[in-house]
Amino acid sequence: MPNKSFAVSVAAPHAEGEPSVMSRTHHRAPERRRPRPLRRVAAQLQTGTVLAVFVVFFVLPVLWLVLAATKTDQQLVHDNPLSFGSFHALKANWDALTSFQDDAVMQWLGNSALYAVISLVITLGVAIPAGYALAMTEFRGRHTLLVATLVVMLMPNATLVVPLFLEINAVHLIGTMWSIILPYSFYPFGVYLTYIYFTTAVPKDLLAAARMDGCSEFRVFWHIALPLATPVIALVGFFSFVANWTNYFLPYVMLPESSQMPIQVGVGTLLSNVPSFNPTVGDLAIQRPQLALATLVAITPVLIVFLFAQRFLVSGMLAGATKE
Amino acid sequence: MAFVAAYVVLLVAFGVLPTAYAVYFAFTDAGGKVTGFANFVSTAHDFRFLDAVSHVAVYLLFWLLSLVVFVVALALLLHRLASGSASKALRFLYYIPGALAGAASVLVWLFMLDPTVSPVRSLLGVLGFHTFGEVIAPGNLPLLFTIIAFWTGAGGWIVVMYGALNNIPTDVMEAARIDGAGAWQTAWHVQIPMLRKWIVYMVILAFAGGAQLFVEPQLLSLASVGVAGRDYSLNQLTYDFAFQMNNINGAAAVSVELLVVSVSAAAVFVARSGFFDAE
Repeated sequence: MPNKSFAVSVAAPHAEGEPSVMSRTHHRAPERRRPRPLRRVAAQLQTGTVLAVFVVFFVLPVLWLVLAATKTDQQLVHDNPLSFGSFHALKANWDALTSFQDDAVMQWLGNSALYAVISLVITLGVAIPAGYALAMTEFRGRHTLLVATLVVMLMPNATLVVPLFLEINAVHLIGTMWSIILPYSFYPFGVYLTYIYFTTAVPKDLLAAARMDGCSEFRVFWHIALPLATPVIALVGFFSFVANWTNYFLPYVMLPESSQMPIQVGVGTLLSNVPSFNPTVGDLAIQRPQLALATLVAITPVLIVFLFAQRFLVSGMLAGATKE
Repeated sequence: MAFVAAYVVLLVAFGVLPTAYAVYFAFTDAGGKVTGFANFVSTAHDFRFLDAVSHVAVYLLFWLLSLVVFVVALALLLHRLASGSASKALRFLYYIPGALAGAASVLVWLFMLDPTVSPVRSLLGVLGFHTFGEVIAPGNLPLLFTIIAFWTGAGGWIVVMYGALNNIPTDVMEAARIDGAGAWQTAWHVQIPMLRKWIVYMVILAFAGGAQLFVEPQLLSLASVGVAGRDYSLNQLTYDFAFQMNNINGAAAVSVELLVVSVSAAAVFVARSGFFDAE
């Protein structure tokens, strides 16, 4: 799934210690003052065109989705695809959507929030101390644990879905929220991120000094390491939340009952109730603009987290760089 | 060590144990008798198996190629932009679809590809597609899944490559400029070789992610009432074996095959690339 790779991607420069954007614009400044021959302008124009085409590719579908939710199905087909419908239609779509299976959409959203938040809390409670210990302390089996973490991290988790089902089934947890919360809580990438953060950003001497002063291992972690780890806690939390919220295969297998579905699986159910995709559905049909609205609702929490995360993602990366 | 105890428990429960489970089921029959490679042979003879392998292979080829070519090219272009704030804004715009990962991205693209509602219906028309059915013809699917995956995943990787480009020491870039290297030559001889490690990292992760293709064909088959995308990928096949045909052992065999391929790729990468040599 694109998710994991995306997650690794944004954080990865952190490991390398990326110099800030500032320093780059700085060293480029003299170049800009030179006179520009015509060829240079033409090259810039080409660059601009290519970049703009990709802006359209990445943004147009999102824009269309937002506008589609404000239309009736008629308008969706006949009006300009990038026109705004009406607030009235938006309200009507919302009402139709929430009345689907007695407010199932709200229930799915609630489920998603519940699963993602509980997993997030467990993930942080498990991954941060583990990453810290791998980076800052010595213990038997440390190297093995590190290698195991790396391999599992690069392993596609969906291939384990069927074996996980059998395992969860053996302990009679299928159909309970723990069938996905527990597997979600195992997040080796979070351990890896924390490990990298501590090895690159926190000097070991600092902890050694505290130990000399007679601090217990737990107090060293709680009072010295943890306060320094805020950026990486935010980073791990962000990736874990997004990965869990957008997961489809695992809950699809573990939680087949509508009342327990997270929103991702729920919108799949909605899709099979749209007559233009599935002509066999009867009166309980969902119209395409309502499906668009449902999709929008499903991604809103992640989108909000994205917007807020922007700042700390950058500061998280820079935190790694300052140590160099 | 107390700090890692909880993590070790989860690692065993949800990493090691399911893997062991998969191996156990793959080499036994429904009665628990050891059967050697019988499950592998019988699943390989399933009429859908070779198709699924080739579907995933073709998709991976498209997906990895497009990722390497476009992500590197776009990162280089963004890096050449004179305006730092424009480059930053563009990186954010490219990165937004990442929020629609999973089912949402597939739904969005079902709309984009349906000529009755698509904002690019004229483009689809020019390409000769006038109905949704024509767009989702079997031959088009690898490309369509590539577009969806690229749309959600590329932005994050562009941010990474951009960061890696920033990491190239200024004196190296300066030397290239003094030697009279143009933008193309600098990119080809200096920047891309220095990105190599990151490109390999991206390919490994994209490979692992791509091999487990599931939600895209699954939702497409819902949207086309089973016409397209049914039993398309290997993971759909494992799902089918396990939950439709009650053949847990066959499903486990296919899972083990996927695991062997992706874990060996990961292991080679961890051992050879030097990427994780933080110590």
